[in-house]
This record gives sequence, structure tokens and C-alpha cells, in this order.
Amino acid sequence: MRRARLFAGIVLFAAAGAALAEGGPRLLTAPEGSKFEREAALQRGARDFTNYCLNCHSAQYMRYNRLTDLGLSEDQIRDNLMFATDKIGNPMTVAMSRSDAAGWFGTAPPDLSVEARVRGKDWLYSYLLAFYRDDTAPTGWNNLVFPSVAMPHVLWSLQGTQKLVETEYEDGEKAEAAAIAAKGLALIEPAPGGKFIVKTLAEDTPGTLSPAEYKGFVGDLVDYLDYIGEPAKHERINLGIVVLIFLGVLFTLVYALKRSYWNDLH
Amino acid sequence: MSRFIAWIDDRFPLTKLWEEQWGKYVAPKNFNFWYYFGSLAAFVLVLQIATGIFLAMSYKPDATKAFDSIEYIMRDVSGGWIIRYMHSTGASAFFIVVYLHMFRGLLYGSYRRPRELLWIIGCVIYFALMAEAFFGYLLPWGQMSYWGAQVIVNLFSTVPYIGDTLGTWIRGDYTISDVTLNRFFAFHVVAVPLLLLILVAVHLMALHEVGSNNPDGIEIKKQPKDPKTGIYLDGIYSHPYYTIKDIVGVVFFLIVFAIVMFFLPDGGGYFLEANNFIPADPLKTPEHIAPVWYFTPYYAMLRAVPSFFASQFWGVLVMGAAVVVFVFLPWLDKGAVKSIRYRGSLYKTWLAVFVVCFLILGYLGTVPITVWGQFTGGWADALDTKDRATWVARVLTFIYFLFFLLMPWYTARDKTKPVPERVT
Repeated sequence: MRRARLFAGIVLFAAAGAALAEGGPRLLTAPEGSKFEREAALQRGARDFTNYCLNCHSAQYMRYNRLTDLGLSEDQIRDNLMFATDKIGNPMTVAMSRSDAAGWFGTAPPDLSVEARVRGKDWLYSYLLAFYRDDTAPTGWNNLVFPSVAMPHVLWSLQGTQKLVETEYEDGEKAEAAAIAAKGLALIEPAPGGKFIVKTLAEDTPGTLSPAEYKGFVGDLVDYLDYIGEPAKHERINLGIVVLIFLGVLFTLVYALKRSYWNDLH
Repeated sequence: MSRFIAWIDDRFPLTKLWEEQWGKYVAPKNFNFWYYFGSLAAFVLVLQIATGIFLAMSYKPDATKAFDSIEYIMRDVSGGWIIRYMHSTGASAFFIVVYLHMFRGLLYGSYRRPRELLWIIGCVIYFALMAEAFFGYLLPWGQMSYWGAQVIVNLFSTVPYIGDTLGTWIRGDYTISDVTLNRFFAFHVVAVPLLLLILVAVHLMALHEVGSNNPDGIEIKKQPKDPKTGIYLDGIYSHPYYTIKDIVGVVFFLIVFAIVMFFLPDGGGYFLEANNFIPADPLKTPEHIAPVWYFTPYYAMLRAVPSFFASQFWGVLVMGAAVVVFVFLPWLDKGAVKSIRYRGSLYKTWLAVFVVCFLILGYLGTVPITVWGQFTGGWADALDTKDRATWVARVLTFIYFLFFLLMPWYTARDKTKPVPERVT
């Protein structure tokens, strides 16, 4: 019992350390979709990406016709996912110039081609769930994962609005326990007097999607961002299995050959 | 066929070269696991050159196009992603293999007389490999490429008096720029690989001249020759015995390599760093700059050394010395035996401590200096948050050098065991 308590203490201590060291809330885990549903999820992600993201954010290394990877025909892509004058072989660029964007938002929205490789899926998933109303911010929005982010919450009509909830705790251990109990995004910040503030999010007004539907929506979008970060990923994993089987067979053969040669020595 | 070979042999020493360098080269028969890494290093060198040629066909050494051209290779070039991942995984694999190959030398005293020159050539290969990796790392033109190169070139700028000029001379500009990228490309694809190939050939010639050491540290050339076979008692011909054994090693290596390359090409963020997927931006310094993992032990030392007389040069000297000190091993080791099998507890302990220091320094080099800032209580409170890891790095750096500097003393006093006549 005592040992168990000590162990729990160490785990909590390490967890608190990790939470404070990274300077952000512990990230939510992006859902792993069913592999039988992979194509459908990516198609939904492609639809949502072109509708909601691809106006400010480009994906300049991703060509439209690469989406045939996802089981779409070029006609389907042209009819459903291309709204401007692009050709099917063109990359996904946007009309907004970077200098204009920097003037309007303070910083140009990053290209999203390889964003998933920079941030990771979990970060993107958490980020898209972490917007809340903040009247002090220039856009009226703030984000628990990316504080003072320049991007407004473009998906607010779907998610609805969230508000920030701050609770003060006497010591770090209680704050950490509360953050874990929140079972969601929670940021612990030191406050004056050796106290800690736990910041969490709560629904303010509902959106057109239920919380579960919105999480599914964001999950699809993050899957899609992961896909465009490395379109060859699926092929890479499939090919890897074939290569390993080949190497496994080759290994048994060369090993048997080695044994038979080395048998002549004593 | 034999007439054709004879025709060539009359005009070029083909058979002679083959037999001297491999076919009739007599090697000890007791090579173990640690003896695979030499042939594996040669294999990875060939792999890097072969994949590098194909990458160079689509890569653009131009500051405005370099990052794009890598993504072009990853997406639009047929098989481009395989070639690129082979090259990026190969770079880390090269260092893993070379570090294990060097560690083998430490285990079995392979640098000892008469193999001093062989060892020194090996050290020079290691230095050339570091240069090759450094030049190559700039080419993807990501944030880590850019700022990593900035940090390394700035090391030269710390040299007293001529530093600034030297830095500008290396970069060809006042910052890392297109000019720097072009010259690094030239070094990475022509100059250093050429040097590496020559050095590896020289390394192999020196090896085949003095003969291989073995896990027992016994000189097989001092043994009588077997009257039946006409070769040393514990020797065997490299071909076919080590040819086939090394092929087994290569296939096994390829299995591990394929697992990383196909399923973990980022190497957990150590082989391909997340920040390097952001295009280089001279105006945005990343919060945390770390070199790729194979340089991190030395980077940790560099950061650990405080500045004296308003100069950071001391850290650079320490870092340089930590790499170059390997060259002196043949003369620092005064042990009565070569192999760890017959060494006493003193050398074994020092070697173990050295390896642990190297690994912890390697870890510390990958993280910000504030890494242990969250720990409180006990000894940690005596130091400022950012000084904790730094002080640990200082102590480990000190021990790293003690391993070398005290070596004449502890190897000479070590209680060694008698070495048998024949290999075991």
C-alpha cells in the first residue's frame, strides 16, 4: 500500500513535471479511425478541408489529382472539391497573397502540406478543439493549445462557442489532480502566492454539430492533414510488409548457406 | 572465362588485388557479433552514394527551391519517397554502425600496436563522416537545417581574432544563404564522398596489411602455419567464409533498416526532426535548436563549458578535443592485454562509465538546458533550474576526458588475466 502510494506520487510528480515543462496542456489523442473506413474518412476530410481551410491556408505541395489516391475519380474531384479556376494537376494554392494575409491577420496562415509532420496529429486535434471566446483578443477568439493564436475559430458555427473556466488550487498536486479529473484539455499555470490555476473549457452556446459529431469532424480533418503530410504513407506501410517478408525469407536462405559453408571448419 | 581473366591479369593485377584484399586474406576464425559493423559501414556507404545519386537528380540546391524540391521528391518523383527515406535513415544508420564499429575497437584493443595507423585512418573517416553529415543536413533547407548550420558555422566564428572573417569565409556570406547552400551541396555530393571513398580504400588496405584483430586480442600471425592448409592455425580465408557471414549480417541489418525506414522513418523525431518540415526562415529563430542525435554528445559538451574572458571558444576547443582525443588511444593504452576478455575490473569499469557518460551526454544534447527544471527538493534546489542539466553535463564531460587522460595509469595497473595461445 505504502509502496503503491509512493509509486502514485512519483507518477504524479513526473506528470506534473511533464505538464509544466512543455508549457501547454496535455494533448488529447487523435482518434484512430477504423482502417476499413479509412478512405471514407479521408474523403470527408478532403471535403471539409477544401470547404473550410483551403481559403486562407494553401497545401501547395498537394496536387488535386493526387486525391485519386482516396478512391475519387478526377471528375468527382473537379465537381466537388475544386471551386476556382485551377486545373486538376495543379497544387492546392489559395488566391490570398501572403503579404495581404500578414497585413490582415498579423501573420500569414501557414501552408498546411506538411503541418501534420511539424505538429503531429494529436496537437492538431487538440488545437481544433481548444478555441474559446476571448473578448480581449483581436479576433475575439483565443486557444488553450496555442495561446494568442492569430487564427479565428472558423469552425465555430459547427462547434458552437466555448468559454474559459479558471479554478485556483492551493498546491500543484491538487491542481494536477483537478486537471486529470477534467478529462479534457486542461492547462495548469502557476499563480501568485504559490498557488496554481487550472484552465479548462466549457460549452457556452451549442453549434450545429453535437460535441461527438464535432470531434468526429475534427478527427477526419486531422486524418486528412496527416495524409497530405505524406501521401505515400499508406503505400509505404504496405510495401514495408512485403519487403520484410522478402527479407525474412532471404535471411533464412543466406543463414542456411552460411551454416553449410562454416560446417567445413572443424 | 579463365582465359579472359588471364588476359586481364597480364595487363592489370586483378586476381592479385582480389586475393590480397579479400580472396586469400586470412582472418581469425573467431569473429563475433561486433565484427559485422565494418562491412556494414561499407555497405551503408554504398547505399548512401547510390541513393544520393538519385536524389541529386531531382534535388535543387537553391535557397528558394530546395525545400520544395524535397517535397517534390517525396510526392511527385516515382519511388522518390523510398530513395529519400533510404538516404535519411541511412545517415543515422551510418553513425549507429560507425559508433558500434569504434566501440568494438575499444572492447578488443583493435587500435593497439601494430594497428595504430589503421585506427588513425578510421578516426579520419569518422571526422570526414561528421563533415559529410553536417553539409548534407543543410540541404533540405528546413528550420533545423538552417539554424543547425548557423550554430555550427558560428563555432568557427568564436576563434579569437580571425573568427568573424573565418565564419564569413565558410558561409560565403554574412548569414547562411543561397551561396552557403550551393557550396555545402558541392561538398556533400562531390568533395567529401570522394574523400570518404579514398579513406575507406586506404583503411581496408591498411587492415589487410596488418591483419585483423579478434575478440581474444591474439595475433594469429604469430602462430605456426597449419601444414595441411598452409595458413595460420586460427586463420581462415575471408572468402567464402566471411563473405557469406557478412552477407548474413547485411541481410539482418536490412531487416532492422527496413523496419525503421518503412514504419518509423522519422525515427521518433530523431532521424527526421519535426522542425525541419518548416522551411528555413532567417528571421525566425526556433526556440530550441539541437543538432541531429549523432552530434548531441559533443553539443552537450559545447553548451556545458562556460565562457571565459568573454569568449565561447573554450567550449569549441573542448568539443574538438573530445572528438580528436580518440586518435591518441594507441599510445594512451598501456594494458598488458588487448581484449576486454582478459582485462581486469579497472578497464571494464572505466569503459562502462565512459559509455554511460557518452549516452547521457547524447541525451542532454537533444533537450533544452532547462530539461530538469521541474525537479525540486534535495540537491536540485542548490542550483538554478537551467543550471542543473548543465552541471551534470560538466561532470560527465570531465569524466569523458578522464577516461582518456587516466588511461595510461589504470590500464597499466589493471590485474589482467593470461591470454591463451589459441583463440577461444
